[in-house]
Amino acid sequence: MAHRAITISPRWPGVLAGTLVLVLTLGTLAAVALRAEFATGLGVADWAAIRFTLTQAFLSALISVVLAIPVARALARRRFRGRQALITLLGAPFLLPVIVAIVGLIAVFGRNGILNNGLVWAGLEPVSIYGFHGVILAHVFFNLPLAVRFILQGWLAIPAERFRLAASLNAPIGKILEIPMLRAVVPSTFLVIFLICLTSFAVALTLGGGPKSTTVELAIYQALRFDFDLGRAAMLACIQFGLCAVAAVIAWQVTGTDAMGAGFDRTVARWDMRRPVLDYLVITLAALFLVIPLGMVVLRGLPGLSQLPSSVWAAALRSICVAVGSAMLCCTMAVSLGLWGGRVVAVIGVLPLAASGLVVGTGAFLIVYPFTSPSDVALLVTLLVNATLALPFVLRAIAPAIAAVQADFGPLGASVGLTGWGWLRIVVLPRIRRPLGFGAGLCAALSMGDLGVITLFAGQSEETLPLAMYRLMGAYRMEAAAGAAVVLLGLSLLIFWICDYWGRRC
Amino acid sequence: MQKPIYLPVVAGLALCATSAWAETPVLQVLTYDSFVSDWGPGPAIETAFEAECACDLQFVGNGDGAALLARLQLEGPRTEFDVVLGLDTNLTAAARETGLFAPHGVTAELDLPIAWDDAEFLPFDWGYFAFVGNADAPSASSLRDLADSDLKIVIQDPRSSTPGLGLLLWVKTAYPDEAADLWAALADNIVTVTPGWSEAYGMFLDGEADAVLSYTTSPAYHLIAEEDASKVAWGFDEGHYMQVEVAGKVASTDQPELADQFLAFMVGEGFQSIIPTTNWMYPAVTPADGLPDGFETLMTPTVSLLKSPEEAAAIRAEALEEWRTALSQ
Amino acid sequence: MLRCEKLQLRYDDFSLAAELGFAAGRITALIGPSGAGKSTFLAAIAGFLVPAKGRVIWAAQDISALSPAERPISILFQDNNLFPHLTITQNVGLGLRSGLRLTADQRAQVAAVLDSVGLAGMGARKPAALSGGQQSRAALARVLLADRPLVLLDEPFAALGPRLKDEMLDLVQQRLADQGRTVIMVTHDPADAKRIADAVAVVADGTVAAPVATRALFENPPPALARYLGK
Repeated sequence: MAHRAITISPRWPGVLAGTLVLVLTLGTLAAVALRAEFATGLGVADWAAIRFTLTQAFLSALISVVLAIPVARALARRRFRGRQALITLLGAPFLLPVIVAIVGLIAVFGRNGILNNGLVWAGLEPVSIYGFHGVILAHVFFNLPLAVRFILQGWLAIPAERFRLAASLNAPIGKILEIPMLRAVVPSTFLVIFLICLTSFAVALTLGGGPKSTTVELAIYQALRFDFDLGRAAMLACIQFGLCAVAAVIAWQVTGTDAMGAGFDRTVARWDMRRPVLDYLVITLAALFLVIPLGMVVLRGLPGLSQLPSSVWAAALRSICVAVGSAMLCCTMAVSLGLWGGRVVAVIGVLPLAASGLVVGTGAFLIVYPFTSPSDVALLVTLLVNATLALPFVLRAIAPAIAAVQADFGPLGASVGLTGWGWLRIVVLPRIRRPLGFGAGLCAALSMGDLGVITLFAGQSEETLPLAMYRLMGAYRMEAAAGAAVVLLGLSLLIFWICDYWGRRC
Repeated sequence: MQKPIYLPVVAGLALCATSAWAETPVLQVLTYDSFVSDWGPGPAIETAFEAECACDLQFVGNGDGAALLARLQLEGPRTEFDVVLGLDTNLTAAARETGLFAPHGVTAELDLPIAWDDAEFLPFDWGYFAFVGNADAPSASSLRDLADSDLKIVIQDPRSSTPGLGLLLWVKTAYPDEAADLWAALADNIVTVTPGWSEAYGMFLDGEADAVLSYTTSPAYHLIAEEDASKVAWGFDEGHYMQVEVAGKVASTDQPELADQFLAFMVGEGFQSIIPTTNWMYPAVTPADGLPDGFETLMTPTVSLLKSPEEAAAIRAEALEEWRTALSQ
Repeated sequence: MLRCEKLQLRYDDFSLAAELGFAAGRITALIGPSGAGKSTFLAAIAGFLVPAKGRVIWAAQDISALSPAERPISILFQDNNLFPHLTITQNVGLGLRSGLRLTADQRAQVAAVLDSVGLAGMGARKPAALSGGQQSRAALARVLLADRPLVLLDEPFAALGPRLKDEMLDLVQQRLADQGRTVIMVTHDPADAKRIADAVAVVADGTVAAPVATRALFENPPPALARYLGK
């Protein structure tokens, strides 16, 4: 017996969004492969790169998730002044352009950083950030915030009524509520971070200390930029997709189902609040780890603010427009796909994570070039690509919320005749407002800091803020570049905060 | 300087250019990012050339030198670009092989430390790779000396950056048979390998290393633009590998005369006098007034090293493998 | 009259057959052990499940192919009968039209129906600000306003205390059945059936038996019901 396919929402928006994702991921790859002459196989260096890529991605994801659990738990259980601001601030590293974040990390952990100066002052041996552990450190710095946010959402999604029930039964909350929630949330969080690290490029190179920290993405970069070997680039990109597919299948195998059901939106006090000291210690440590490097970015950049040329402000405005456009498109796509639901959507949802940014850019270039001048569509393509590349994160935040709305209120909606636009506007959007705001903020901020596809397309008048910052560095203007980094950091956080605040304000 | 006289002329031309927009021929020049930035040579050169060509000169910045070639190859013969400016000799062999370039036909008296004879590619500036360190700090006197010392350096990855590739060829040219050994000895001096020049230079300025791979002309920037004499380039006994930056005419250009005019302009005074304090390199033709004040303080290498484009292309793969193996230990 | 013709529901190894009719304007209770398929049967009538076989006929018209909203049916579930983020007025207003914008006339109708179920002046509140009994009344108000001839109740009052539940059942009788609507209600409590149901259909052993007048059924329960009642 089949459940009637209650046609609450039409499927075509989801199909459209899915098609765009496929074009920009597999389509761009195909565009590159079609232009290629395949000659070379995999060399020793390639295998070493694949091994290194997998190892560092696995460890980075593992450590990020393991550290995120106590932090998320502490944040879920405690209420204190400035908690929401702290949560927003803790998210910042993930939103930063890689190059800015690396500067912050080096200012803390580098040879001339706070940590080593402190160690030397205390008469201890300095430590080096460069090498395998440096790559892991940087990846944890980037992705711990993401893991904390995802797992925290899992905790907050457990209806307060369930905690009340568990408390009234004197049942172990960890066993009956938290572990099942983690079983549902952790594997996909792990997968997302694993895939992010899988396509890492600048972090691994800058902090890895040398060619032993070569990732597949760097090999793709080399093939595209130095050898102009499109075949090799396409082959390596296929390998990246393959690794992604294997990881995704494994993650789905171990993902538990989340059957918490709906609550009535009441805030109910919790009863498992012993050991506050430990919670606050965890929160403090995480905050120090994530916030000090950011503070260093700001500190170093403040003097440069006065040296910023006016073109930087124009670039900033352009970046804001692209960010807002990307966020709107990305949320539309995520909601469309979320309403569609199912396995296909899950696959489409992780596909962009496995895509090599360079191959996407090159492929998009090859697709666009026969029709129009690349710089004419630079901002549009950047908008599309940014929206697609951020889709996995936004979908990850929105899809479960939509699924919950459908499960909890679908029958009621069907019985009162709410379908299509009305169902979306009256029920779905208000019910998913919180994750929607978070997702929009995430996409906007990621788009602000992105320095991927734009470099391939942009001319002078399409310069975005990260590109302007990078060009300042290239012209020896390191102080002004540091100032631009502060502007970038400030704008990214602000735009994220505005969206997130909109989501939480009910 | 006769600026007051020229200004009305320039303004008048600009007016004509706007009123006769459709008829104004457009010259599109593909170049690297830092060339077109507000502090790079691009804006001044655009003004200077447009004052005499009655055309619209458009620079399109795209990554670094290697990215230019990749971009041109992506576009193929249908490209809109008329001139590519900013390749270096390590890339010209590959560029020539694409068959996308036409002979430049310019004869000029070039002030390069080496003889220049290339039908397709014409130099516009050049420099020496060098390690740049702090003036009051310990330094090294040769690659070998550096390898034997405890000094810490930041270098760029030869697989993703032009200076990185330059160092690779520097070592291979200075030590044709012992390059692998030298890299092995250098391994403990290398703090890290960055994707591009900017990251490495920024790390050096932040005190992460004693020196960074850059150019002998880098201290000139600090001296002239920041009045800071604290940065010096280390002179090495083995000699210094050169970077010669060139431009070429795209064979499929729809503005061949204009492209020729631009290339001729490129080795003239109007272009060359802008280069030293905007691109921070040596001009290919020394301007009549000589180099700007401050350039005389720069370290001048006794030996200039440079592989021909064909040699550079031939030894690159082997040199890269030696580098990778030695630093992966 | 609602008729189920050769209706067959199948799901894994569960199956349920129904061949019966429900008298119009009466309250019929569905009673039977847990897992017998009472809610499933109700969901099939409401249009949430596609039956393996058979037809559902209302007033001589086959409604098997209609979507839930197109059927002449209002349904109250065990829970989630109100959207938590909408006010009571908005929730009840959904019984009139599938949108939130109400005319002054429609607002007056909502206010009147809220008044009639004892929720006067509570229209601006969100469900969370109401007690369980009040929430049930609000849901019932929407059913009243929707004005559909057939009302299905899937134990919506199960979570209420005995006094509150009895109040709600009486309200169902006065406001729905006595106004000519046909009510089919799932219950596991014989007292509920005895209180308001005109007839009772036993759901057990894979079949829905034809409804029998309530008093007659409980005086002489068939074996399946007797087992369930523990007699």
